[in-house]
Amino acid sequence: MKLTHIIPLLTLTTAVYAAPQSFDFKDPKGVNNVVFKLDAPLESINGSANGITGTVSFDAENPGATTGKIVVAANTLTVPNPMMKEHLHSDKWLDVTKFPEITFEVKSIKNGNQVFQVDSDKKLTGKIEFTADVTGSFTLHGVTKEITAPVKFTYLKGKLGERVPNMKGDLLVIRANFTVNRNDFEINKGQYEDKVSTTIELSLSIAGAALAK
Amino acid sequence: MSAATSNMKRTLQILALLVVLAAAVTWLAAGANRAWTKTEVQVKTLDEVTGIEGITYQKKFQPGVDFLGAAFGGAALLAGASFFFRKPKTNQPNQ
Repeated sequence: MKLTHIIPLLTLTTAVYAAPQSFDFKDPKGVNNVVFKLDAPLESINGSANGITGTVSFDAENPGATTGKIVVAANTLTVPNPMMKEHLHSDKWLDVTKFPEITFEVKSIKNGNQVFQVDSDKKLTGKIEFTADVTGSFTLHGVTKEITAPVKFTYLKGKLGERVPNMKGDLLVIRANFTVNRNDFEINKGQYEDKVSTTIELSLSIAGAALAK
Repeated sequence: MSAATSNMKRTLQILALLVVLAAAVTWLAAGANRAWTKTEVQVKTLDEVTGIEGITYQKKFQPGVDFLGAAFGGAALLAGASFFFRKPKTNQPNQ
């Protein structure tokens, strides 16, 4: 590509995506979720939580400067077995009364890779994908540890109206898959390891909205 | 007295058999779930704009191996209880 083509493209990019935007992750459609999985002898324990809130500041021009915090209400963690759910919420496991929030706060972003999606006419579609290793403070069961997880951000310019009628703005979709060890978070540390694995697989799929100004 | 005892013994044994059969039929009809009993099932819906699969829970009883175990245990108790109702020994006349 000639330099004369790159300059207008960069100018257009700068014009279209300007300044960081604050995305609110309280989802009116209730679709946002985090899925968790722990191996166990008879069947793996699969559940999800949808009580997700938080804000993320994302700049499409400089996604490496993204900051923010995502909060999961611990009492929204659900598994299909009622007794298992009761145990999960109890003081023997997550103690959701004492530790009502599970949080992740972004500290730094590395190894970022940004892709601008273009249509068949090589025009920007407004969709930007940004993948990076995000390091942050993860708090679970009242214990905070620094973890790094691969995260994919998808910026959807002007798509809020397609999701929530009569609203104008942009969407930011965040997906992340990572594992934590329950022993690191003092969840029955060193106990029941033959019945419930110590590794917790987490999969986050959330969308936030930024209203047009 | 002996007829009543015999009737009770037979009733308990039939009841135990019915419990086992009813539990097995219920378990098979509900999909022979070889995991734990569930009272809710996950329902996934795709949000087409974001591509996120939303998860909701729908009330649905899905008996598992613990349900079978409890039913079989109950049946074993009923069958075991039937042995407390023994036939009275009849005195054989000396020949």
